[in-house]
Amino acid sequence: MTVIAVVLVFGFFTYNAQVNMESRGIDFGYGFLSQESSFDVQFSLIEYDGSHSYFRAYLVGLLNTILVSVIGIFFATILGVIVGIARLSPNYLINKFAAFYVEFFRNIPLLLQIFFWYFAALRALPLPQDAEAMFGIAFLTIKGLYVPAFIWQNFNIFFYSIIAAIIAIIVIRIQAKKLQETQGKQTPVLLISIGLILILPVLSFLFGGVKLSFEVPVLKQLATTSFIYEGGVSLPPELIALALSLSLYTATFIAECVRAGIQGVGKGQKEAAASIGLTPNQVLKLVVMPQALRIIIPPTTNQYLNLTKNSSLAAAIAYPDLVLVFAGTALMQTGKAIEIVSITMFTYLTLSISISILMNWYNKKIAITEK
Amino acid sequence: MSKINFLKPDKTNLYTFLYLGLFLFFISVLDVLLNSFFSLNITGFLPGFLSFLLPLILGFIGLYFIRIELSGIKQLDLLNKHINTNNFNAILSLLIIFIILKSIPPILSWFFIDASFAGDSKDVCTGTGACWTYIKVWMRRFMYGMYPNGEQWRINLSFIALALLGSVGFFATDKFKKYLTLYYVVIYPFIAFLFIFFFISGGPVFFDFSYGIIAAILSIIIGFFIPNKFKFYYFLIVPFALYILLKYFIFFEEYIELGKLDGLNWVETGAWGGLSLTFIISFFCLIFCFPIGMAFALGRRSGFPLIRYISIGFIEFWRGVPLITVLFMSAVMFPMFLPADFFIDKLVRCIIAISLFEAAYVAEVIRGGLQALPRGQYEAAKSLGMGYWRMHIFVILPQALKLVIPGIANTFLALVKDTPLIFVVGLLEIVGMLNLAKTNPEWLGFAMEGYVFAAIIFWIICYAMSKYSYNLEQKYKTDR
Repeated sequence: MTVIAVVLVFGFFTYNAQVNMESRGIDFGYGFLSQESSFDVQFSLIEYDGSHSYFRAYLVGLLNTILVSVIGIFFATILGVIVGIARLSPNYLINKFAAFYVEFFRNIPLLLQIFFWYFAALRALPLPQDAEAMFGIAFLTIKGLYVPAFIWQNFNIFFYSIIAAIIAIIVIRIQAKKLQETQGKQTPVLLISIGLILILPVLSFLFGGVKLSFEVPVLKQLATTSFIYEGGVSLPPELIALALSLSLYTATFIAECVRAGIQGVGKGQKEAAASIGLTPNQVLKLVVMPQALRIIIPPTTNQYLNLTKNSSLAAAIAYPDLVLVFAGTALMQTGKAIEIVSITMFTYLTLSISISILMNWYNKKIAITEK
Repeated sequence: MSKINFLKPDKTNLYTFLYLGLFLFFISVLDVLLNSFFSLNITGFLPGFLSFLLPLILGFIGLYFIRIELSGIKQLDLLNKHINTNNFNAILSLLIIFIILKSIPPILSWFFIDASFAGDSKDVCTGTGACWTYIKVWMRRFMYGMYPNGEQWRINLSFIALALLGSVGFFATDKFKKYLTLYYVVIYPFIAFLFIFFFISGGPVFFDFSYGIIAAILSIIIGFFIPNKFKFYYFLIVPFALYILLKYFIFFEEYIELGKLDGLNWVETGAWGGLSLTFIISFFCLIFCFPIGMAFALGRRSGFPLIRYISIGFIEFWRGVPLITVLFMSAVMFPMFLPADFFIDKLVRCIIAISLFEAAYVAEVIRGGLQALPRGQYEAAKSLGMGYWRMHIFVILPQALKLVIPGIANTFLALVKDTPLIFVVGLLEIVGMLNLAKTNPEWLGFAMEGYVFAAIIFWIICYAMSKYSYNLEQKYKTDR
């Protein structure tokens, strides 16, 4: 019965779609992806202009989405963890301040926050010619944030040195764990790790021929009243507003996850750990955090996913993300509604389903260690 | 009097330390207070950097002095316990006190002191504060969108009537209490639907929906006489058949013309907007997404693989895509799948899209509640001879829903916060209207006031909802 109903409904829709497309003279197909797109995008991570294909435009949008998501996730995590811990502080003022932050930012629609930062707060910034330098090198203006660009020489050596440091740290960790298990000796792993990750890259500067110079943005006059900064990296205000509001908004949810996770560890666990003589730091590191992380990580990943999906609100302030570039401009130009909307949805779907598969795998992995 | 050791305050010289510490602390607070409220700088004679840090240093030393454990003074112990447990906490407390003191004057002056309230044109907004005149002038647009000024009483009347009808639950006597669920789940939404689609819209929409409603009522009446065995198939087929029959074969138009509400002009949904549209959309989506979500939550735990896979597919699909693409789909892709002469209003499409989207989240929340119930509940219900529906309606769902009140409240909150996204399909609720108003050449430059206004409204709505859900949770909390 259900099968018939489903088949009938789908058949009905497909039939209609065919009739509609015939009547409008549109043919179904993904061939347009390789055609010339002939529209421009303001901000892209890879080289792009109108002569590139629609597929390239899709990539530009996707990369911009990923960029803003990564920035947002980075700051939201830092802020969220700090606020989450502050929520548990015995200090009344800190506690209430954190609670106020959480209640304030999560009860206001994200779109409104984005509009607020973009149309109201960032519009109050100075014009390029009036901007004061931050630390002498960066300029925050109404046209965006200008920061110095890194110009590397022999960047690959620097990169390899970091990778070598990371591998060395992993090896030392494994060794230290073995030592701890067999002989009960403790090694100052953290100090060694910090030393390694600092010393190896420094060595690469001294002996590896790595050189780093900065290209500081310089004010340039285009016309009598029009100024612009040249050189360096410019981050458009759309990106700043979006990243700012996404991280402020999502941090409130992450804070609640962190708080719930730490509170979720039973009091008995802490007391038991203290009673066998562990110091407060050891209690936190060896007993509370491993158990709290197990509670914190799944909902936090969910929040990361939400942040990524929410980054599609970029379309509202014309940040060229996947939705704006592809489901907006490209759709207008080609009129291929079904193909483009389905590709866009499929992209987000792939993103979130792959992350949730990863999450399930992780959940299973940490669940094994449970009794 | 023993020797005073300033590096380690203790109880022996309690009052010396207390007075000294409190004095330093008050000096530091006073400095910041004078600085921010009266812009006096009493430490101005010091070099700039030191003058800036002085209150912090003084306050820190003061707090250090009064940090005496078990002093025997109740207030002091409380203070120490709450804001002054160690050096780090003391500094944080001081910073927070200073930030609050520093931020009160500018906020106050922007909101009230320098703000302009009077008048009805831009000319009065000359101060540095907020221009609330802008909000006052545009109030009607923010509340009702493009709804014609003369007709706005229809929205007001409907909302007042619905609010009154909605509060029936508080006044119901015990005799009627048992019908309340039925009332809120079936009758009240139906009345709301009638109000909004007939009274607020008026005009031709009436005809389109009247076929459906007549078909539904007729089929329910006839349904009473159908034996139970065939009821399922009956309700699957007959209402739709009746609808098509009414619409295409029996030309009912003349008869309905008689019942047309005289004097109510048709206001197309494109003109609806503002806060009232936020309420309308939230209300309907709340009502629709709950049963759909419940159905899919049960479907996901169903024994039939086909139903289970369809439910999983449905839930994962909607949860995997952003709402904005769903609205895009409803705006540009969905019409392609319908017959050419078949038109669904964009507000209705919007409501359907948001409802389906949120239903997936509701389904996952409810599934969590279903999974949290011990197996014993299912087994006990089955051993009493209950069937699937009976078991779920009387035993499982009441308990499961109780468990997931916070989760459902969160989903509903997310829904309310998602309503501004309907700008994608061209409907302008309050945030959309703000964006429109701020581009008006006569009122440029007041974006901040508008967004603050909308933020306050949304904050109040959402905060009230979350508090209400917390109360519900406490009310229905049962110890196990």
